[in-house]
Amino acid sequence: MNTQEFTISIFSEDHIGITNQITIILTRRQINIESITASESAVKGVQILTIVVMTTPDMVQKVVKQIQKIVEVLKVFVHTSDEIIYQELALYKVRTKGLMSGNLIDRIVRDHNARILEVHPEFMVIERTGHKTQINDLLHLLEPCGVLQFVRSGRVAITRQVKELHAYLEEMDQANQQRPDDFDSYN
Amino acid sequence: MKTKKEKEKVAENTNGHEVITGAEAILRALVEEGVNTIFGYPGGAIMPVYDKLLDYQEKLHHILTRHEQGAAHAAQAYAMVTGKPGICFATSGPGATNLITGIANAYLDSVPMVFVTAQVVSNLIGTDAFQETDIIGVSMPVTKWNAQIKKAHDIPETLAKAFFIACSGRPGPVLIDITKDAQQEKLEFRYNKCNYLRSYNPTLPLRTRAIESAAIMINHAEKPLILAGHGVLISRAENELLQFAEKTGIPVALTLLGLSAFPSSHRLYTGYLGMHGNYAPNLLTNEADLIIAIGMRFDDRVTGDLKKYAKNARIIHIEIDDAEINKNVTVDLEINNDAREVLKHLIPLVHKKNHENWIREFRILDKTENEKVIKPETMPGKGDIKMGEVVRLVSELTAGDTIVVTDVGQNQMAVARYFRFSSPNSLVTSGGMGTMGFGLPAAIGAKIGNPDKQVVAFIGDGGFQMTIQELGTILQYKVAVKLIILNNGFLGMVRQWQDMFYYKRYASTELVNPDFVTIASGYGIPAKTVSVREELKDSLREMLDSKGPYVLDVRIDKEANVLPMIEPGASVSEVTLTYK
Repeated sequence: MNTQEFTISIFSEDHIGITNQITIILTRRQINIESITASESAVKGVQILTIVVMTTPDMVQKVVKQIQKIVEVLKVFVHTSDEIIYQELALYKVRTKGLMSGNLIDRIVRDHNARILEVHPEFMVIERTGHKTQINDLLHLLEPCGVLQFVRSGRVAITRQVKELHAYLEEMDQANQQRPDDFDSYN
Repeated sequence: MKTKKEKEKVAENTNGHEVITGAEAILRALVEEGVNTIFGYPGGAIMPVYDKLLDYQEKLHHILTRHEQGAAHAAQAYAMVTGKPGICFATSGPGATNLITGIANAYLDSVPMVFVTAQVVSNLIGTDAFQETDIIGVSMPVTKWNAQIKKAHDIPETLAKAFFIACSGRPGPVLIDITKDAQQEKLEFRYNKCNYLRSYNPTLPLRTRAIESAAIMINHAEKPLILAGHGVLISRAENELLQFAEKTGIPVALTLLGLSAFPSSHRLYTGYLGMHGNYAPNLLTNEADLIIAIGMRFDDRVTGDLKKYAKNARIIHIEIDDAEINKNVTVDLEINNDAREVLKHLIPLVHKKNHENWIREFRILDKTENEKVIKPETMPGKGDIKMGEVVRLVSELTAGDTIVVTDVGQNQMAVARYFRFSSPNSLVTSGGMGTMGFGLPAAIGAKIGNPDKQVVAFIGDGGFQMTIQELGTILQYKVAVKLIILNNGFLGMVRQWQDMFYYKRYASTELVNPDFVTIASGYGIPAKTVSVREELKDSLREMLDSKGPYVLDVRIDKEANVLPMIEPGASVSEVTLTYK
């Protein structure tokens, strides 16, 4: 089984229960969710869910079609990691005492592009955005200092394609206008 | 009680629209959608709707079943024979959960249905209130769409969406859960049918180039085979299928749910596909050089071992649900659209041809199957009564002009194999889900949907007892269904597998049955037991000629196996005609 990482971007109507419907499809196929992020999109009323999964190319196509079938889902895109621009964000809570040795703070800020959000006599809170490996690198660096808490967000991703969601939405509306039946609008 | 002032205020805000309760709005929405029959069962949370139903008796005929599962199966059968969506009501909690088997059954078999369940009052949701179940969560994996309504003014729009989604594209069940307070609340009633949702467009663009490619492949094929399924019936493409097959001279095989989409007596008909299907179409699937799959989904019961399925053939898949394309079988050409639309465009592009040599191959295998299986099964002449013989006799006595309902298991396979279908949508059966207990309530729904047609159900003694309480529904509404119990005193299909694959260890498959004639007479239904061949034909005729409902308990061969069979995990090429 040649599994690889896929990022599934799901644009949907903002409707309660969408996440549940999507996870049902993934759990049936025993696909583990590596990360999941929900947010608003650039189009008002449209929500975007970004899900990272490890699976085979064949399987990801099958589940994407099943996700596309959900009534409130507008459009689903699936990408390999090299096809998208993506970031994750992590927060680290570290013992202040441990950070005070040598030029560690300097390295964290300069080499790892991290930010210090809060300084407390007992601990500091550090933030870093980047890819998973970069976030893990910083974690390894901080571990000897005593990491009290560590949390990483799900992936957020932007696609490289030129055609944007609103273009698809316009196409959907146009397709409807060409329908033979008269559309009685709700007013 | 509202004060006079408050009442005037409501009237001011109505813009001339009627102000009614949520409960009435549900019924009005159904009337607007052309519904006239509802199957259901009342309970606490849905009482406002049932109360209003009394005022709508002229327009909405409610059938009270004896269990919610029965209501769901009856409504599904009603939908299958009328082409209209099946409507089903149930209360919250156990009422709603009792529907689940029926909903799942309709989902797997793509039947349009609107389930309306009641929910506890909205401020109790989430508190484990009396008769509260999260039916939205529970039904999510088995509905095409579901939604909860907590405000009366959402009722018309949500129900309009429900009907649009259930009936369009690949049809399926939807569930609308409505809180008791939303039923009691008032709203200004306006109803607009829904035919557009931004995120759901069931009308697919026709890709003419794909259809042209399909025509080229069809025109060049030497051994083409049409595999047609339920999609043909759903899109009402039976005539187009007939024209297409006759013009191209291509033999046709049907899936279980596709049965009756093509006349059984047609010279191009080669039989029924799958685990207990006919010998020739199963075997020759692997000889064909082109498979034209129309409105079918390559279910595992049809394909057997996928690694050895149709390896000599290129495959054209005409299918409305994109998620079914390349799901089980990788195809060479996909046409993601409605079967009828595609066939209409395809017919002018294909050449008139005949494939006599290829069809002869089917007929040679038919002869073998006929001698080894069909004749001994349908015309045994001596020994115990066989299932196949009962089915053949009914088929002959009714000249195929009847709606046939089955339960699940050996009885179902006998009907699929031996009934000669002549008109579309004349089989009601539980395909994908294989729900035992489907037959009896489904027969009721089929008869209510089509009262002028004879409805005959073949049900095993096991399945009959799973929903036996629906005899009460037959009694109450005088539903003139003819119920044939194919009684072998066993859960026949499971026993067959124990016989074939579990060293004949009959674990919990033998039944001690009640006297079905006594049971039926308790419900005021004429009944009779037949156990000898000499009385069989006359008893069947008597049953068919009777005016009202009838139960015929036919004692059949206790340990007969349905053959041919593709053993689980085996290839279609490994279909066996004999056992032992």
